[in-house]
Order: sequence, then C-alpha cells, then structure tokens
Amino acid sequence: MSTATAVPVAPAGALDVQAIRRDFPVLAQRVHGKPLCYLDNAASSQRPQCVIDAVSDYYETSHANVHRGVHALSQKATDLFEGAREKVRRFIGARSTREIIFVRGTTEAVNLVAQSYARPRLQGGDEILVSRLEHHANIVPWQMVCQQTGASLKVVPMTRSGELDFDAFRSLLTDRTRLLALTHVSNALGTIVPVERFIAEAKRRGVPVLLDGAQAAPHLRVDVRALDCDFYGFSGHKMCGPTGIGVLYGRESLLAAMPPWQGGGDMILEVTFERTTYNDLPYKFEAGTPHIAGAIGLGAAIDYLETLGLDRIAAAEHDLLEYATARLAGIPGLEIVGTAPHKAAVVSFTLRGVHPHDIGTILDTEGVAIRTGHHCAMPVMDFYGVPATARASFAFYNTRDEVDRLVSALHVAQEMLG
Amino acid sequence: MDLNDLYRDVIVDHNRNPRNFRPMPDADRHAEGFNPLCGDRLTLFVKLDGDRISDVSFQGSGCAISVASASLLTESVKGRTVPEAERLFATMHALLTQDDAPVDVPSLGKLGALSGVREFPARVKCASLCWHTLDAALHRQSEPVKTE
Repeated sequence: MSTATAVPVAPAGALDVQAIRRDFPVLAQRVHGKPLCYLDNAASSQRPQCVIDAVSDYYETSHANVHRGVHALSQKATDLFEGAREKVRRFIGARSTREIIFVRGTTEAVNLVAQSYARPRLQGGDEILVSRLEHHANIVPWQMVCQQTGASLKVVPMTRSGELDFDAFRSLLTDRTRLLALTHVSNALGTIVPVERFIAEAKRRGVPVLLDGAQAAPHLRVDVRALDCDFYGFSGHKMCGPTGIGVLYGRESLLAAMPPWQGGGDMILEVTFERTTYNDLPYKFEAGTPHIAGAIGLGAAIDYLETLGLDRIAAAEHDLLEYATARLAGIPGLEIVGTAPHKAAVVSFTLRGVHPHDIGTILDTEGVAIRTGHHCAMPVMDFYGVPATARASFAFYNTRDEVDRLVSALHVAQEMLG
Repeated sequence: MDLNDLYRDVIVDHNRNPRNFRPMPDADRHAEGFNPLCGDRLTLFVKLDGDRISDVSFQGSGCAISVASASLLTESVKGRTVPEAERLFATMHALLTQDDAPVDVPSLGKLGALSGVREFPARVKCASLCWHTLDAALHRQSEPVKTE
C-alpha cells in the first residue's frame, strides 16, 4: 500500500531565518505600506513555495481521480496521494498507513471520532471528559454526541497560569468515563499540556484518549506511538500545508471496529441494494473523492518541516517566545494571559484601556497581523473574566525584529487610546 | 487607511468617558446587543414619554468604536421621537455601509465622526451594534441583537 520514504536530514545548527523567509512568497509583501509582520500563525500558517508548487504541479501534470482508473494519470495521482499518506504516517510515527485517515481538518477528525467511535458506544450516564482549555472544536462535537446519547460532558478545570489541574482530572476519571478528549497545545494560551501524564492515567483506568493536535503538530515532534494516544487529529493549514486537508490518526484496532461515518464512493468494496461491503482501512472513512491536491500539498509541507528539522523549529520558536514574553511584559498595562512554564510560541495578552479589537485594527495599520477575540475558546476567556484577548503567535519564519515591531505598534495603540 | 480617520478625537473622548453610561431601573424598553466574535456586549435602556424618547442610557463593554458609537447614540436620540430615531438609524446605517451614501455628514453633528468607520469594513459591525440594539428596544424585540 505504501512505499517507504527516507526522512529528510536536517542540517546541524540554527535555522537561517532570512533564507527561510525567502521560501514564503507571501511574507515579502507590504500591508498598508509597511512590510507584513505575520503573527497569526496559530490561526493559520503561511505556505512555502515548495508546497504551492506541489499543489500546482499536481494539477498541471498528474491530476485524475484516485483508486479508480487503470489509466496512467489515475495511477500517478494515486501514487502521489498514497505517498502523502506515507509521509504523514512517518511524520507522526504511526504503525501503518491504515491508521492515517485524510479529513478536512482537526474539526472533522474530532467529529468523526465523536460520531463513529463514541456515539454507538455511549449510553445515558456515560461520561466524556474534556478540559477547560479546549478549542470549541473539541467541545461542541462532544456536546452533540452527549445530546444524542444521554451521556454527559465533564470538564477538567484549569489553573490561573493556564495549566490543567491534574489532581482534579484524576478525580474526574470514573467508571463511567468513556473517552478523554484533550488538547495537546492550547490555541488561546499556548500551554503545552503534559499529555503523557494524562494519557498514562487514563490508560490505567482503561479510558481511550483523543488528542487535538492542531497547535502541536506544526511546532513539536509528535510521536503517536510514544504518546500512546488512541486518536490524534491535526490540520494541514496550521503546518504550512493547504487548507481543507487534515489528518485523523486512529489506533488500528479501534478504527477497524468503528462503523463508517459517511457513505459514498471509495469507502465501499461492493454495493448492491441489499447490502454494502465496506472498504478496508483507511478508505472506510474516506467517502467520496478526497482532497487529493491537499494531501499532496500536506506531504510537501511535511517534507519541508522535516528538512528544517522539528527540533530546530521548536528551538527557534521557543527563542521567539522568550524574547516576546520579555518584551511584552515590559509594556506598562500589558498583562500576559496564560503563563504556563511550558508553552508553544503563543502570547495572549490584554492592554489596559485598549480593547483587543482596537489593538488588532491599530496593529494592522502598522502591518502587524495578530488575532483578537475569543480564539474559539470562550470557556478560557470566561475563566479569565475577559471577553477577548489579543494574541500574537509565532512561527519559525518570524524574527526578533518582528517582535520589536509588535511592541512598537502596541505603543502606538496605547498612545492613541490608552 | 488612516487610523486618525477611525479614532477621531470625538471617538476617543466618548470611549474614555462614555455618556449616559448607567443602568436605568425604570426603563420602558431595553434590549441587548452582543457581537460574539469580538465580545462587544451592551444593554440599551429607553424611557418613553408617549412617542418621545425622554431618556436613553447604556451599559456594557466593548471596543472603542462600539462604546463611542453607543455613547454618541444616546446623546443624539434623547429627546427625539421614535420615528425620528428610526430615520436616524437608517441614515447611520447608510453612513456606515455605503461609500456613496446620500448623507449630509455635517448635519449629523458628532455622529459624523463615525463616517471614518466605513473604511474599516471589519469594524462596521462594532459601530452599528448599538443602533441595531436601539431598533430592537423600540420594537420590543426580545432576542439579543447581533451584527455579525
């Protein structure tokens, strides 16, 4: 089914950020007359030329439908598509490509597990455990399945620093807990959740674990076997890949026992009006023509990230985080929201006297793109008693100079409205 | 795009010191406005003397544009009749959303300061929230208003 590919070797030493920036055509533009300073990577990253080329090359030279035709192009498209699946498998350390389901993104990954894994198993009185840190995409699908089955949603509380309360988590694990759905990295605050501890405890109680890896996959090395999680979802567009493509990793034994969640082409072996035989994994969960170009682009993004080296990416981003945290903390009236000791390169903050929405507009006119609002994590905002925060989120192609521009733009906002 | 066109002195002043920013326990009408995406949230209170708006106030939190717009609204509709306020709502809607709106900006007085918002499409809903909320209050609409 898959051909093994070699892991690209990352050169030693630190990243050459200026060279990397030239890989990203979008970064060269000016916004409102100022060089673009893109600090909204937690919402969506940018794409290097090699990803853009992989997608356009595919359409220019190789497109046909996959898994169907005997003709040359169909085979070429299938090889590229399945080659991308193998790259994903290797990227997250899965045992088999049968465990790699292409989906639209993390949201669809969570919904698939909620509807196909959880829904048939849940009964009234059962419990699904999530955390206070979750993105709405790891809350709402569980609320929906709870409404459908009579199960209830339990929430692991968070602490003032933006960490999860492990002791409270342990007391929330009960004989009725059927699944733990946990974020790997908080999108709103950047907290890196020590998921290994949570998974180990859940496993001890026989509770399967889904991780929302949307914010983790682009920034730290993910190994689903080492994590020992049962499901792991992530999105292509947050890791330099195309929009509309993402991955659900699932432990094969669980996936095999799950019913399909959508019916259509590609997910069947045989159809009569009396009965349908479903296809094998992973195709059982990929009804309809998939996002072939998206998968190929995601494969190219993985190649790119691995060439740079995930460890070096994490180191570069950690440097930006520390620098940004120190610079921002020096602004009078600025309060950083989320101060966990282990964080991805995300800094959420409020500025006295200036609403986050105004910060966003003022920074935009300075060419600085950040996210303002609730970050699809309203329970986190409620916890801190704020309607919104401003959030700067960094990628390996950002620089300390850009942090300085962020700080200067915040001074402009303070002068104007503070 | 010029920031000073958005954050004019009148806007900055009304954001820092919002007028008629108080609850009104004996209000005849009130309505809530909420923009979930940015978190702007306000409650608008209206006291009526027949057809005339004898008092109007608001409470809530939001960005400078939404707070200043609500503050300016209270100053401008107090004393007007309900049909006059509704006409003003239509005028403000046109001012905020149409490039070539046939609006005599100077005649709007301080409200004219909001004309710069049009150049910032993402912020139009901030400025219009209070007007939609007033409309809901005058029409006894019970559902919270959203402009997103």
